[in-house]
Amino acid sequence: MSQAAPETSAAGSPAPAAGTLALADDALVLSHRLGEWAGHAPVLEEEVALANIALDLLGQARALYADLGDEDELAFLREERAFRNCQLVEQPNGDFACTLARQLFFSTWQELLYGQLLESVPLAGKAVKEIAYHRDHAEHWTLRLGDGTEDSHARMQAAVDGLWRFTGELFQPLEGFDLDLDALRATWTERVTGVLTHATLTVPETPQSGGWTAGAGRQGLHTESFGRMLAEMQHLHRSHPGATW
Amino acid sequence: MTTVLPETAPGPEAYEAAFDAAVAADERIEPRDWMPDAYRATLVRQIAQHAHSEIIGMQPEANWITRAPSLRRKAILMAKVQDEAGHGLYLYSAAETLGVGRDELLDKLHSGRQKYSSIFNYPTLTWADVGAIGWLVDGAAITNQVPLCRCSYGPYARAMVRVCKEESFHQRQGYELLLELSRGTEEQHAMAQDAVDRWWWPSLMMFGPPDDESAHSAQSMAWKIKRHSNDELRQRFVDICVPQAEALGLTLPDPDLTWNEETGHWDFGAIDWSEFKAVLKGNGPCNEQRITQRRLAHEEGAWVRDAAAAYAAKHAPGDNRTHRKEAASR
Repeated sequence: MSQAAPETSAAGSPAPAAGTLALADDALVLSHRLGEWAGHAPVLEEEVALANIALDLLGQARALYADLGDEDELAFLREERAFRNCQLVEQPNGDFACTLARQLFFSTWQELLYGQLLESVPLAGKAVKEIAYHRDHAEHWTLRLGDGTEDSHARMQAAVDGLWRFTGELFQPLEGFDLDLDALRATWTERVTGVLTHATLTVPETPQSGGWTAGAGRQGLHTESFGRMLAEMQHLHRSHPGATW
Repeated sequence: MTTVLPETAPGPEAYEAAFDAAVAADERIEPRDWMPDAYRATLVRQIAQHAHSEIIGMQPEANWITRAPSLRRKAILMAKVQDEAGHGLYLYSAAETLGVGRDELLDKLHSGRQKYSSIFNYPTLTWADVGAIGWLVDGAAITNQVPLCRCSYGPYARAMVRVCKEESFHQRQGYELLLELSRGTEEQHAMAQDAVDRWWWPSLMMFGPPDDESAHSAQSMAWKIKRHSNDELRQRFVDICVPQAEALGLTLPDPDLTWNEETGHWDFGAIDWSEFKAVLKGNGPCNEQRITQRRLAHEEGAWVRDAAAAYAAKHAPGDNRTHRKEAASR
């Protein structure tokens, strides 16, 4: 089975496509997680909304993979250590609050990031329009859950606190892209802080990354649930080598 | 009250006559029009069951979203399941025009007082089942639903126009999925055949009991809710499927399937109605699982709905303080 991913070469110099691969993997993995919600959402409108966001992200992943090689080889035939997504997107769905906190952190970042990549990533112009909708959806739910009932407030706060340590990775350099990371972090923090505060939630003061989470996903070091996610995602494709679907 | 009414005030008979005349003239009955209570009740039952089927029907297919074997197929399947949620929404809206609420209908589904299509009590055991559902189950649904686009009740007929367009698209995608498998490796072909073998008879049962045992048929046809009998539609479906199966390179699991020169139709074998009845009674392979998952999703989502309601109440329109805050945060 070929490892189709553009790998870091033996000499250790980054492959030029590494940044694109990271963005594609982010979109694929988050799309997969959102796909797990199908048939389980709290209201029908959210069945539609979560599937809609999942589809947008899958579309983004496919467009980005197209620049790198065969999308199915990249998605189904790489192992855990070859995936370059950030650890935030691979986190299990948890309850609706966890899913929406993950979505808030990611889509706020993704919108700002793609805003910086309009010149260098052809997809970015189309994607930012989709992402603005994702971010808007996440913000509205953060407000409703944070400023809803006592129970929803507690759950949303727990979700924000639990995922906070995965947000630092969003501000690590992305190989091949010339990013203004300081601006990215400043604007992200301002926006997320604004939404959380408005939602009557407390912005965590805990570290945004630990020893393991500091850029680990981008290096192919993932959290434990990710391997299981891939096992499920890749099983059928891997069971029929060379077949087309 | 009586004094202000003209002596010629129409009695109930006049309303009924106007309704009958409208139905006879193929006019649409609209939500504000007078209709017989039994017409209203029949429509609520049928539309609700239809909506429930869309919602429960998401489960057997969603079962394969995380395992779809290519990104293209994964996108198609996600879009399809999303469409089904959308169809559920249209249909609940159509039912609401008859004076019932979505919450009430969902409650009836969860407590087993209203049914959904028996087909969704069968499990999706392989990827090919996703194709068989698209081809056969959606195919049967379309055969049933296209005549409903001319149903006498306007909101239902209009919902069906939208639903049928999307369903036809899903059906073609399911057929194409099976074709790819049928022409693929030996294992893929076998997977496709196995799926068709398992879904064929349950799909024929989707048209409901035979005409002489169908409780609601005659009245529904008189009201032009239904346009064709169960057996008529079932025959139409078989006639469509036989050549399609041949084009697919797959066989249908019925040794009695033979072309009848005289009738110009395909004759087919006897349906096992005892299985149909068992599934309807709740003893199909997945009845328990499907309704439990639906109930769980609803129960586990209660706190989310409560939060949305509490937030909406706190930030009701007219609360200027809230509006200023919201505006400032933009």
